[in-house]
Amino acid sequence: MKDNAILVIVARFLIPLVMLFGLYVQFHGEYSPGGGFQAGVLFAAAWILFVLIYGLETGLRVIPLRVIYSFACLGVLLYCSVGLLGVVLGGRFLDYQPLLASPQAAQQAGIILVEFGVGVTVASVVMMVFLQFARRRALSQAAGLELDQEQDRS
Amino acid sequence: MFLLVVGTAVVLTRDLLKAAMLFAIYSLTIAGLFVVLDAGDVALTEAAVGAGISTILILAALTLVPGRERQQKGHSLPALLIVLITGAALVYAVSDLPEFGNPNNPVHQHVGPYYVEQTYPDMGIPNMVAAVLASYRSIDTMGEAIVILTAGIAVYALLSVPPKRRRRRTAENKDESQ
Repeated sequence: MKDNAILVIVARFLIPLVMLFGLYVQFHGEYSPGGGFQAGVLFAAAWILFVLIYGLETGLRVIPLRVIYSFACLGVLLYCSVGLLGVVLGGRFLDYQPLLASPQAAQQAGIILVEFGVGVTVASVVMMVFLQFARRRALSQAAGLELDQEQDRS
Repeated sequence: MFLLVVGTAVVLTRDLLKAAMLFAIYSLTIAGLFVVLDAGDVALTEAAVGAGISTILILAALTLVPGRERQQKGHSLPALLIVLITGAALVYAVSDLPEFGNPNNPVHQHVGPYYVEQTYPDMGIPNMVAAVLASYRSIDTMGEAIVILTAGIAVYALLSVPPKRRRRRTAENKDESQ
């Protein structure tokens, strides 16, 4: 779909906006509706739109496969390590109070870190799932499998 | 009312592509409903996940399977009976629900008031939903994040195996596409 001028221009305008809104939802989640889950999904949606227009190859050049896999795990790891950090600093698991001196600031820091972990995981997992489906189709076609889809659409 | 129409259409349509699109409309309407009920977080989630990503993922899955539902002959009478009885029980139970919006309802008497009163002094942030999700109940949220990661790994495990050539007779293929 790279040759379609309308799509390319609209996407060029839209993708940064979607990503910006995703970041806003991520980091402004304590003040307005939002949080890690929604932000991750929005961010992944921007990438999927990019893939739909520019193709999987270009999309994987922007965010390589290895990065997606490792970020999916790193998000959960960040979450757990914030929890463990509380234990190390003398609190309970996922207790944010010991992180900083002021209790309110500590809670906010904990929430932001944890939500960021959730956002990273959700974004990478959604990308990964989409990627697997897209690649599966390419693989099936390469293997010469007949896909019933084509006959149905016509 | 619109929800009823769209929901019925989702069930009745045989074309899976159409069903996916209708389901997105359904999700978006529900998101609007959540906004009306002043539940911004849920509305945002429903719009992003329900209407956006799940539709895309269903479409991606549809590229791998035949696009039409197979016609099934006959109806199952016991199934109809069970559905009717369950539906009647649910409708009967609705009459026993407490009045909507009454401050004396059990749901407003439990831990709700504590969160409402203590979130701002505890955290200094106005969004209660984020506070409950990420701080008061953060172990639950950690479980959710792990579930998502597990789901991703499961999809990876299922789909990364190279496809095998399945031998099917053309007659069978024709049956399916009709």
